[in-house]
Amino acid sequence: MKTIRIATGAGYAGDRLEPALEAMEKGNIDYISFECLAERTIAIAQQAKLKDPSKGYNGLLEYRMEKVLPLAKEKGIKVITNMGAANPERAAEVCVQIAEAYGITGLKIAAVTGDDVADILDKYDDTIVWETKAPLKELEGIVSANVYMGSEGIVEALRQGADVVITGRVADPAIFMAPIIYEFGWEMDDWDRLGKGTQLGHLLECGAQVTGGYYSEPGKKDVPHPERLGFPIAEVSEDGSFFITKVEGSGGVVDVHTCTEQLLYEIHDPSSYITPDVIADFSKTTFEETSKDVVQVGGATGRERPDTLKVSIGYLDCFIGEGYMSYGGPGAYERARLAADIVLKRLELRGIAIDELKVDILGHDSIYWNSERAPVPSAPEYRLRVAGRTKDRTSASRIAEEVEALYTNGPAGGCGAVKSVQEIVSVASILIDRKDVTPHVVIKEV
Amino acid sequence: MKLWEIAHSRTGDKGNISNLSLIAYDIKDFELLKEKVTPEVVKEWFKDIVKGEVVRYELPQLGALNFVMYDALGGGVTRSLSLDKHGKGLSSYLLDIDI
Repeated sequence: MKTIRIATGAGYAGDRLEPALEAMEKGNIDYISFECLAERTIAIAQQAKLKDPSKGYNGLLEYRMEKVLPLAKEKGIKVITNMGAANPERAAEVCVQIAEAYGITGLKIAAVTGDDVADILDKYDDTIVWETKAPLKELEGIVSANVYMGSEGIVEALRQGADVVITGRVADPAIFMAPIIYEFGWEMDDWDRLGKGTQLGHLLECGAQVTGGYYSEPGKKDVPHPERLGFPIAEVSEDGSFFITKVEGSGGVVDVHTCTEQLLYEIHDPSSYITPDVIADFSKTTFEETSKDVVQVGGATGRERPDTLKVSIGYLDCFIGEGYMSYGGPGAYERARLAADIVLKRLELRGIAIDELKVDILGHDSIYWNSERAPVPSAPEYRLRVAGRTKDRTSASRIAEEVEALYTNGPAGGCGAVKSVQEIVSVASILIDRKDVTPHVVIKEV
Repeated sequence: MKLWEIAHSRTGDKGNISNLSLIAYDIKDFELLKEKVTPEVVKEWFKDIVKGEVVRYELPQLGALNFVMYDALGGGVTRSLSLDKHGKGLSSYLLDIDI
């Protein structure tokens, strides 16, 4: 019975590279997929492309591909990635240049585009935006609009013989499921199989998060060699059944508990995981450890895909100014509190326009806001953080500067000041008609 | 007993929605989790952080619960003023609940 083996090459934009190379060298894999696009990464990439039309793809593309392409050629492994971000075609050209520089020939490198839907937004002027609950035409400062596409563009590229496929925005599971659809000739309305393939993609899309990454709890959930975690490998059959494992001898662990944590990661109703390809149902999922670091996965199904697709719209939203200052020794908490009061009063005295302000004392309430929690005076040190949202950069700077000015004006012993001002690109979402979206495949050969 | 003794958890984020899994180390403890960790208990625990409703889903075959917390991330991951914009640390706070 034919099976194919797919590995994760990256679970986020800046992920480690060595485990990807290890899977290519020792994992006996057919495909490797690098997932590198978070919710607003593409909006930031679009800004980079506006400044320089030759940019707008993942900043680690060259670093990764210089190692990945020679191995892919040597081992006959196909590479799929959304590292194209806002500029898949340019990213494909960069791969061509790398291949040429390393003397690699006989490689087809595909760019899949069609996710940039900025040009058709006018049609949706009156559509209500999820986050603002107002019509789209009232949203100002739009810098990008990218639709979550499904597997079909990648599948088409593979059918045209691509060895490397570079996309912009596609649903994360799609970069893992597309090779399965292609290899087994699954129909695009075989909802049950597509539900299983989506589950495989979901479990693999965050890399080591299913092999012992983001998991350790010393004494309770111990993970061997977290400094050299293996990335996941899935071996899948034509009927969509699969198991998850990792390279033998790599660090990490694959068991029922690592798989369960990742199954529910970023999931709402487990019976309705909505993607462009299928509405997957994970509610009856089963995991079985068949041997060490091998988990057989079952129970996923699927229902007909939605007629609409989600668009992420990046827009210039606001500025955030932020300042930090630490206090230690006896009375540290009281001095940090006094410092916060001084900053708040200074901002009021100066009439700085602030939409929202947040004061945290690190070591006390910065992660777990709890208005009823009493301070623990015995802690040896506390760190004040003041963050505020403003409409302009200058006001945001004032917030950061007032924290720093505690050096010469604030309570005794303030130390370690850090300040920053950021322009914030936020993401808003609408649904558009699937018929408005068509993937395009461009293939370059070396 | 803290939940931490018998269960583990991971947080996920989508926009302004946070979800928390709660997974029994030993599947025999699932019924206890189901009985003690109701959506109301979770909503009360996170009342300073979560402004919307809390919905619970059950996966008994995995010994797992999934809590979906709406209006929970300070306006959303991209614009939140929180140090932990993704709410990633909320999973550990969940495990601090006494049952």
